[in-house]
Amino acid sequence: MATVRLATPLRKFSDGKPEITAEGATLEEVIKNIDSERPGFADKVLENGEIKRFINIYVNNEDVRMGEGLKTKVGDKDVISILPAVSGG
Amino acid sequence: MSSVTALRCRNCGEEYEVKPVSICEECFGPLEVEYDIEAVKEKVNKKTIEKGPKSLWRYKDLLPVGNRIVDLNPGFTPLHKADNLAEELGLKALYIKNDSVNPTFSFKDRVVAVSVSKALDFGFDTIACASTGNLANSVAAHAAKGKLNCYIFIPADLNLGKILQTLAYEPNLISVEGNYDDVNRLCTEVAGYYNWAFVNINLRPYYSEGSKTLGYEVAEQLGWRTPDRAIIPVGSGSLLTKIWKGYNEFLELGLVDEVNTRITAAQSEGCSPIVTAYRSGSDIKPVKPNTIEKSLAIGNPADGYYALRVINKSGGGAMASSDQEIIDGIKLLAKTEGIFTETAGGVVVAALKKLVEQGEMDKDEETVIYITGNGLKTQEVLIDHLPTPAKISPDLKEFDKLLSSKIKKEAVPWQP
Repeated sequence: MATVRLATPLRKFSDGKPEITAEGATLEEVIKNIDSERPGFADKVLENGEIKRFINIYVNNEDVRMGEGLKTKVGDKDVISILPAVSGG
Repeated sequence: MSSVTALRCRNCGEEYEVKPVSICEECFGPLEVEYDIEAVKEKVNKKTIEKGPKSLWRYKDLLPVGNRIVDLNPGFTPLHKADNLAEELGLKALYIKNDSVNPTFSFKDRVVAVSVSKALDFGFDTIACASTGNLANSVAAHAAKGKLNCYIFIPADLNLGKILQTLAYEPNLISVEGNYDDVNRLCTEVAGYYNWAFVNINLRPYYSEGSKTLGYEVAEQLGWRTPDRAIIPVGSGSLLTKIWKGYNEFLELGLVDEVNTRITAAQSEGCSPIVTAYRSGSDIKPVKPNTIEKSLAIGNPADGYYALRVINKSGGGAMASSDQEIIDGIKLLAKTEGIFTETAGGVVVAALKKLVEQGEMDKDEETVIYITGNGLKTQEVLIDHLPTPAKISPDLKEFDKLLSSKIKKEAVPWQP
């Protein structure tokens, strides 16, 4: 199962824990699987089937927008970070 | 008493109490500080500001700070009339806002003064940041002055001058193998695990307000009006949006009569997501930076979306310049106006020159260029681009001989 690190506003879906584990062969599947256990999660992260404007998602520290987006492949030992986009600078 | 009433999401409008948070829990949009503008109007007018200290604290009633201030005396930097550069480019009226003479030699002292003061208000004992260099210098200096613990994260390939200056203040400096976007992502995660005041992450709503003072000051120094055009270096896009906000707050307060400033973004070609989006009419697409201009090298700009909106709304523009044009820009500013700027300033001068040459701005426009950092911070980019000094023995005859010959002007490899 992949590790999913959650930004603070998403920790209400994890009882306050900063990270959870989830199954799925792609990022999209991982988000769907989390949502099935924790309803409302996908709506927080996605809009019209895309990652929300103000959210960045990284798989193994790589911004998925620079690659395959929600179709990014995810392995068992991979780490997914879901973070606010408006940060730094 | 502070006139700050709340934080509000810039995207969905959700309201939050004043605390160290930066992101809307509903939509992840950025939170902004909200003021009781009527209360400010009662306290603030041209006279009260003019009587204030010669620093950004003359605008304290418009900033989200309390009574505890970490003060290195930042801001109220000179606005120079740049007649020589104007003549060189055929412009009618050009001004340089020289923010390279701040306490740590960049505009970042403005945002750090506000955010570190706010960190004290919130009771933090540790401040931190993700930085492309100038912010590192300023956060480390303010931590020293405020006797605070300090953690600073920078990309490993940063300019040597910025690393050395930071180390002199003795913070905990962490050099991260990666570019700024990697550092920023790491810090955004660290901020979620440690209860520190990351000035540009969890304190970002307060931090970014400091940049408004670059709008206020230019308006005040021009005689309570805003210029026809402002050319601004852009990394995250925050500075650009806040200069615009500063101009418009002065309008709201009746301190200027109108705001018709064309807000113009300057980036390097090696990292120009905002310029590219503006010119192609598309959304911001993240890029991997590859440029000598490291202080603006943010491939995924946090405020890119809002910066683009300001540029379009103000009828402004955007220009990207090559590494060579940036170096030429640094040299042009130095030789015409006697101001030695870092690469970000070179980006701005290069953008100005190209906008004029390509007919994208009117030569009659009264223009302010924002020079935000000092040339001593990025000296190494000029190696190989300047002539070596003429070398002689301490002998009058040799000097006579040198004067009668032509002093070498062409660039040769620098050999210290």
